[in-house]
Amino acid sequence: MTKAFKRPDGRKNEEIRAMEAKVGIVPNADGSAMFSFGDTVAIAAVYGPKKMHPQHQQNPEKGTLRCRYSMLSFSVTERIRPGPNRRSTEISKITEWALEPVLMIKRYPNMVIDVHINILQADASTRCAGINAAALALAHAGIPMKEMVSSVSMGKLDKQIVVDINKDEEDWEEGEGSTDIPITMTQDGKITHLQLDGKITSKELKEVIELAKKATKNVYEVQKKALKDSIKDTK
Amino acid sequence: MKNNIERKIVIPGEIITKGEEYLPGDGTEKKEGEIIAIRYGLAEESNRLVKVIALSGVYQPRKGNVVIGKVENITFYGWVIDLDAPENAFLPLQEIPKYVNKDGLSDVLDIGDMVVAKIIGVTNRGVDLTIKSKGLGRIDEGIIMKINSNKVPRVIGREGSMINLIKRESGCNITVGQNGLIWIQGDKIEDELIVKRAIMFVTEKSFTHGLTDETREWFEKGKGK
Repeated sequence: MTKAFKRPDGRKNEEIRAMEAKVGIVPNADGSAMFSFGDTVAIAAVYGPKKMHPQHQQNPEKGTLRCRYSMLSFSVTERIRPGPNRRSTEISKITEWALEPVLMIKRYPNMVIDVHINILQADASTRCAGINAAALALAHAGIPMKEMVSSVSMGKLDKQIVVDINKDEEDWEEGEGSTDIPITMTQDGKITHLQLDGKITSKELKEVIELAKKATKNVYEVQKKALKDSIKDTK
Repeated sequence: MKNNIERKIVIPGEIITKGEEYLPGDGTEKKEGEIIAIRYGLAEESNRLVKVIALSGVYQPRKGNVVIGKVENITFYGWVIDLDAPENAFLPLQEIPKYVNKDGLSDVLDIGDMVVAKIIGVTNRGVDLTIKSKGLGRIDEGIIMKINSNKVPRVIGREGSMINLIKRESGCNITVGQNGLIWIQGDKIEDELIVKRAIMFVTEKSFTHGLTDETREWFEKGKGK
């Protein structure tokens, strides 16, 4: 008989770390937001829509979304070299793909919307926190969107499916090890982004997606509250 | 706010109302009989038309808006004007109320001059301006301040109530550009600075009900000193 599965930080399997969200944190930006999952903190700032420069990159058919994800050098215990690297370039592109389906970017031909995402503190799930913050910041910037997107990183530790994995869980080594599945979806369960790093059966993946639907609902409520509360504050 | 219009904060994707009788206005979309917000802001319904008033974001030029801009460049056919918007606007030579010699463009408006203009067209090629109307043209004196363009309706007030109050109390001429630039012209610099403080007061309190009355009180109490 095996021991009952227990997560390192004592959370329930479908429990997300404490979330916090706030909009309007960068006064100079056209829209900005902060989003955190426990010790993972991301801030996003939106500039634009503005004219695309250089001119040859302008697209007369639709606007361009340009994301820049970056982990600050003090965000992890071992200092990381600042500036773009292989990993951050990939995540920037992934973030663009996760957000573009809901943005009504066709209204801004020849223009660009810049989204800068910075990770202040990293404890895994940084791309999900980044996407959540970016979605909030885009809404705050008044850019037309069909709906919001919410992101959560699902995981499989050995054989157990869990929600919102942290750094300890990401490095899980027992049994089948850890599988990391960041998922971004809209409120009606349409997936705009799904990545998978590890081993998983198709049956388990279906289970993961069902669980992610529930988890993103919780994330959405936090995002919604942040946007609604920001107006009350200025009263 | 006083006409019993219920306002609520909506976020993109939120359903504002249900029912076939409603019409989608600015910032909304109709989908299967539901009016859905596509922007973040205040939802408002009047005469079955539902719209979302934006609270943040950059200025989007619209036909008919009076705006204030800065001359950025002179071409053979007119002037390029910076409106603090995503795109620069163009003021063509034909839209000047008098004849201008081809060599004399910089005498009418030089680079760096501020100008009050009206938008006559927004196409996918750009924004076109005119100064062929009363109250438009080059700004020679006074001060210019910048506010968030989403707060312009608050500064003007319902049918101009707020701006008329400020004009009356200070004795200054005020031109509010829809892009958030405001031109204040008075006899004394002190008067102009009072207007500036009054406008800052209005923009800070832009969500308060009965703001015009509060601003009147503010003037009576000694102009925020």
